[in-house]
Amino acid sequence: MSAPHATSAAASSNRGDARPIAFVSAQALRERMHDAVNDPHLRKSFRGAMDFLMAKRAAQFPDESELESLRTLSEGIRQYSLSRLPDLLEQLEANLTRNGVQVHWAADADEANAIMLGIARRHAAKTIVKGKSMVSEEIEFNHAMHDAGVDALESDMGEYIVQLAGEKPSHIIMPAIHKTKEQIATLFAEKVPGVSYTDNVDTLIQIGRQVLREKFEQADIGLSGVNFAVAETGTLCLVENEGNGRMCTTVPRVHMAITGIEKVVEKLEHVAPLYSILTRSATGQAISTYFNMISGPRKPGEKDGPEEVHLILLDNGRSQAYADEQLRKTLQCIRCGACMNHCPVYTRIGGLAYGTTYPGPIGKIVSPHMMGLEQTHLLPTVSTLCGACGEVCPVRIPIPELLVRLRGEAQSKPHDNPVMVGQGAGYSPLASFVWRTWARIYARPGNYRMFSWLASRFRALTPSRQSGWTAARTPLTPAPRRLRDMVRDRQ
Amino acid sequence: MSATRDRILARLRASQPAQPLPTPELDAHYAPRARGEGLHERVARFRAGIESFHAEVHFASETGWPALLGRLCADKGVGTLMYGADTPAGHQLEASAFHATVLRPWAGTLEEVKADLFHRVDAGFTQTLGAIAETGTLIVWPSEAEPRTLSLVPPIHFALLDARNIHPTFFDALRAGSWASGLPTNALLISGPSKTADIQQTLAYGAHGPKELVVIVINAEGEVQ
Repeated sequence: MSAPHATSAAASSNRGDARPIAFVSAQALRERMHDAVNDPHLRKSFRGAMDFLMAKRAAQFPDESELESLRTLSEGIRQYSLSRLPDLLEQLEANLTRNGVQVHWAADADEANAIMLGIARRHAAKTIVKGKSMVSEEIEFNHAMHDAGVDALESDMGEYIVQLAGEKPSHIIMPAIHKTKEQIATLFAEKVPGVSYTDNVDTLIQIGRQVLREKFEQADIGLSGVNFAVAETGTLCLVENEGNGRMCTTVPRVHMAITGIEKVVEKLEHVAPLYSILTRSATGQAISTYFNMISGPRKPGEKDGPEEVHLILLDNGRSQAYADEQLRKTLQCIRCGACMNHCPVYTRIGGLAYGTTYPGPIGKIVSPHMMGLEQTHLLPTVSTLCGACGEVCPVRIPIPELLVRLRGEAQSKPHDNPVMVGQGAGYSPLASFVWRTWARIYARPGNYRMFSWLASRFRALTPSRQSGWTAARTPLTPAPRRLRDMVRDRQ
Repeated sequence: MSATRDRILARLRASQPAQPLPTPELDAHYAPRARGEGLHERVARFRAGIESFHAEVHFASETGWPALLGRLCADKGVGTLMYGADTPAGHQLEASAFHATVLRPWAGTLEEVKADLFHRVDAGFTQTLGAIAETGTLIVWPSEAEPRTLSLVPPIHFALLDARNIHPTFFDALRAGSWASGLPTNALLISGPSKTADIQQTLAYGAHGPKELVVIVINAEGEVQ
């Protein structure tokens, strides 16, 4: 393919700030995937990284029976929690409030950003230092703050690199997985004052450490996500390796945490199995460096910790998924990323081509609820339905089943009282007619016999260009003789 | 935003299952996998785990650990070690003299010591509540006497662990200590010095937290040198 196409998956790399997630039309999505597949450099990065992560995960589960028992338990905990979701959210709110944490509710991205901007304004904050939070990406927090004149700085090394490059995370756990160390070395030399080119990884990390330590020390507000919220104790649990999450939630005077409403569990002990299966499935680590359990702001007598802690509970389409028993399983997700690590499509097109905050299999089943099917009706078709995602999912979300369901929601004729916003957005009268005709032929033996007889007689008329099929394959042509005829001859 | 709250909860309630699903049975997973290890095996597993995460492990007696800490500080060139004075371990440290290292008790609020903590303190010392053998993990509950940042900001974290408080798993530790009935404002599990693999999956230590984690284990029978 021509050279200008080669890097378009990361085409915004010269911008100071990544563009907000906008409508990615079906045509644009096809082009992005086409470009990504034809970028050998990108494909090599992802292939190598995914092989590495798959091997590391496999090494964490040498005992198949332990893995399956832990999956059953984890699935059970998530389903139990969801079955009591409204009660647990109220219990969580009551206990957090008792602990001195201020709880806010947001229906969508705009409400969540308005709440957090209000907190920032009240403290006259200039800088917010951020721990890794995919929900903050989902609501385009950095943009909202930038537009309001507040600096939102990423401090996770991968997120810092991606923000410096003006890009988006390409993986929910390893945001800069699409970049090589040479690219990062060039980026640092260009963007970090006083730094000259080095591709030594230790040196690069120490540069990031120096820059960000100053920010932790000075920032007015720290922001974080939440991995698990515990209702019975009013506790926010954070999983991380770098220590930036602890910095963001400990050093600044104000801590804001944001999470989707689905992350709550009832009992503290429920986090033990979930935490274990999360790190092992995600990066193949037996445990992360830090597990940070926050149950309130600094108490009288304590010497550090934030004076104010806020939790923002975000809906943003989650209650739509909740309303349907099958789609509710989407909310079991603990965001480990194993589904993308094992996805043949993700491995080939990378995380940026999807054009959504959450890429890969989980992105395909969660984004339609967040963004509506008008924008995302093609997403559930970006799949081979090979089933790998469902097989590795630590909480047994039936992802392939949900993809098929979403294809149906997207492509069926628009009807009243749809379960999902944008139902029928991918409906095509022609495709619908073709499939109905196909069903009429294949479901009735008489019709099928006549069709196959005609097809073999008139095979010379088969078109040599067959739309998408012949783009990379030889044309489909009916056989000169039907199987039925050959069998009859042998008898 | 309470209108939003009520709307979200009402939507969820409208589709909530009439009967909640059965309560998860955690014991069914954990009980058959209990190892019934003695203290010696637990110490060995803890050590193997945390060393695989790049932490150092040393053994000392209940009274001999301050001297060992002093030697370790001298070896690592620690100029200033900060610690919490108002703890049992703090009292033991107060009574010791390190010839190469200034022992500095935490005094005041974070805002008052921030600049020193970030720029002039070489190491922080804390006690631990216990540890987890399965993964090689320290349990640290910061307190008024030992603030959260003591184990986070200085480049080296020294941690004192009583071997008798090593639990087989995180689940066992939660249960044995009845954590759910009284958590501190911040509770931590720590497994090694801070690290990252965000650049091309290459593991690098000393990301944003300590670059080194050094554990001194006391009351580990037979291990004391």
